[in-house]
Amino acid sequence: MAPSLEEPEPVQDVLNNPLKARPQLVAPEPEHCPGPESERAGQADSCAGCPNQAICASAPKGPDPDVPAIAARLAGVRHKLLVLSGKGGVGKSTFTCLLAHAFASDEARTVGVMDADICGPSIPKMMGVEAETVHVSAGGWEPVWVADNLGVMSVQFMLPGRDDAVIWRGPKKNGLIKQFLKEVEWGAMDFLLVDTPPGTSDEHLSVNSFLKESGIDGAVMVTTPQEVSLLDVRKEIDFCRKAGIRVLGLVENMSGFVCPKCTHESQIFRATTGGGAALAKEMGIPFLGEVPLDPRIGMACDYGESFFDHYPDSPACEALKGVVRGLARELGLDAEQVMPDD
Amino acid sequence: MSLSKIKHIILVLSGKGGVGKSSVTTQLALSLALSGHSVGVLDVDLTGPSMPRMFNIENAKVTQAPGGWLPVPVHAADPDAGIGELRCMSLGFLLRGRGDAVVWRGPKKTAMIRQFLSDVLWGEMDYLLIDTPPGTSDEHISLAETLLKDALPGQVAGAVVVTTPQAVATADVRKELNFCVKTSIPVIGVIENMAGFVCPNCAECTDIFGKGGGQVMANDFHVRFLGGVPIDPQFVMLIETGRRPTYPQGTIINGQDFSGASVDAEETKDASLLAVKYQSCSLEPIFKKMTRDIIAAVE
Repeated sequence: MAPSLEEPEPVQDVLNNPLKARPQLVAPEPEHCPGPESERAGQADSCAGCPNQAICASAPKGPDPDVPAIAARLAGVRHKLLVLSGKGGVGKSTFTCLLAHAFASDEARTVGVMDADICGPSIPKMMGVEAETVHVSAGGWEPVWVADNLGVMSVQFMLPGRDDAVIWRGPKKNGLIKQFLKEVEWGAMDFLLVDTPPGTSDEHLSVNSFLKESGIDGAVMVTTPQEVSLLDVRKEIDFCRKAGIRVLGLVENMSGFVCPKCTHESQIFRATTGGGAALAKEMGIPFLGEVPLDPRIGMACDYGESFFDHYPDSPACEALKGVVRGLARELGLDAEQVMPDD
Repeated sequence: MSLSKIKHIILVLSGKGGVGKSSVTTQLALSLALSGHSVGVLDVDLTGPSMPRMFNIENAKVTQAPGGWLPVPVHAADPDAGIGELRCMSLGFLLRGRGDAVVWRGPKKTAMIRQFLSDVLWGEMDYLLIDTPPGTSDEHISLAETLLKDALPGQVAGAVVVTTPQAVATADVRKELNFCVKTSIPVIGVIENMAGFVCPNCAECTDIFGKGGGQVMANDFHVRFLGGVPIDPQFVMLIETGRRPTYPQGTIINGQDFSGASVDAEETKDASLLAVKYQSCSLEPIFKKMTRDIIAAVE
């Protein structure tokens, strides 16, 4: 086969039909083909005698009946936020956890976290509920409750062994994400945060299409300052634009490191191209702030503790509070009420 | 198949993102080339390709030849200096704009990886390093399947698994080690990246992401621990700006003096000089040793 350099499938097509795989045709499409994805596929006059007829006729058609079911299930959830980044290891899960703890700091609010990272789930460990399992009741799957008002769902709760690999291809991952949205009894919630894996692939497409009807408030982008990371985040912003997801803002994580001995600040991941602030400006999205590297955040994550509760006075915590306030403003909420300045 | 004349294929894997797979791949490739081997790097991270940026060949385009694609040269062989050729192939070279998102579902990614493995004209080569995206999904399954089916016996040397020290990272990387067990890809060893940061002001070493997680994980899985790599901002600068690493007077790492020897802070982004400049980096001896261990394990 001669290699092809152009993209065989336009991005817009994938976004319009994110979960329907094109039928695998066994022969070239004939003249007057109604189109293998059309309503009349396999039934048109020109389909008679075509080797693809049976394949086209049996391909699923029409809108996904589960999407309205998901919308019904999530009817009680007021705000749905995605945490995205094209790059791995920039702190998506850490930020999701911190955000969840920050939102849940007021007992009157209920917060849910859905871990859409199927192959590398981190939320359960960071929340300190790694050993929990999912309980199924008549109403659906019960989220694992970290606190009275903070529920979590992740694939980790379903694995027989802690270190088991989830060796799944796209469609199977999409299936589980659908179940997370359709079967889990999220109930009445103020915020549902969706933590995602790095990249712009199956998980992102399926979350986006499943939540289309319920409405996504927007996405928070996380990056680190160096260009290698910004490069991938740029792609993710491009994805959001094409998919019609509003970008609520960009957070720069690991912005600087203050030596605990001499308090000298080092730029470990140096922003040679202006960092997150410059990228936000370039792409025309709000910049929510810079969070410095603090080894204690990593420690808190390893032990599943809330960084907010343990180190309320650290510079990283102050920066995070600013980010949460900025985010609340973007959501049209009262920043002071969401994150009181105490 | 285009891989038939390659002696050894090494995968660089990690269940966790951002632990430094691409920077480890870069440094292993440079070290192997500096020890006189011809090296190719295949970047199968389709939605976040980093290798073009790492090698400073972002503007390069792939040329098509009869029968397949020609990889992009990073530097040519220099037999006098004992440096082997280094070439690279990535989806990044095929994109129109550097900020364009690649929104692909699994089957599309699978097809692309098969093409990468069958249609790149590497020719005769000592080592092929394959840089992977995080996770254990389509890219990895396709890669393992295709290699198990098409590679010659003994050609797939195994996987180098990268982690960072903190428990959140090793939890994901343990899954990747189990993936290797299930797909019967031998594990050459574990590299612990970002193991400590030496403050350039007071030389105090801080374990930003904890310590020793990689070693513990390697022991648990009975695989070799290849070593720990500290964070060196000078390496980041070398990649980002092309500046030769310079260290303050009196910087002695493992008995080797790195101080101020090369104060010509020339900033050139010429990719062909990367290997030469990398020799001034404090991480070079660490990777030299690990590369020796890997070669010994593989050959």
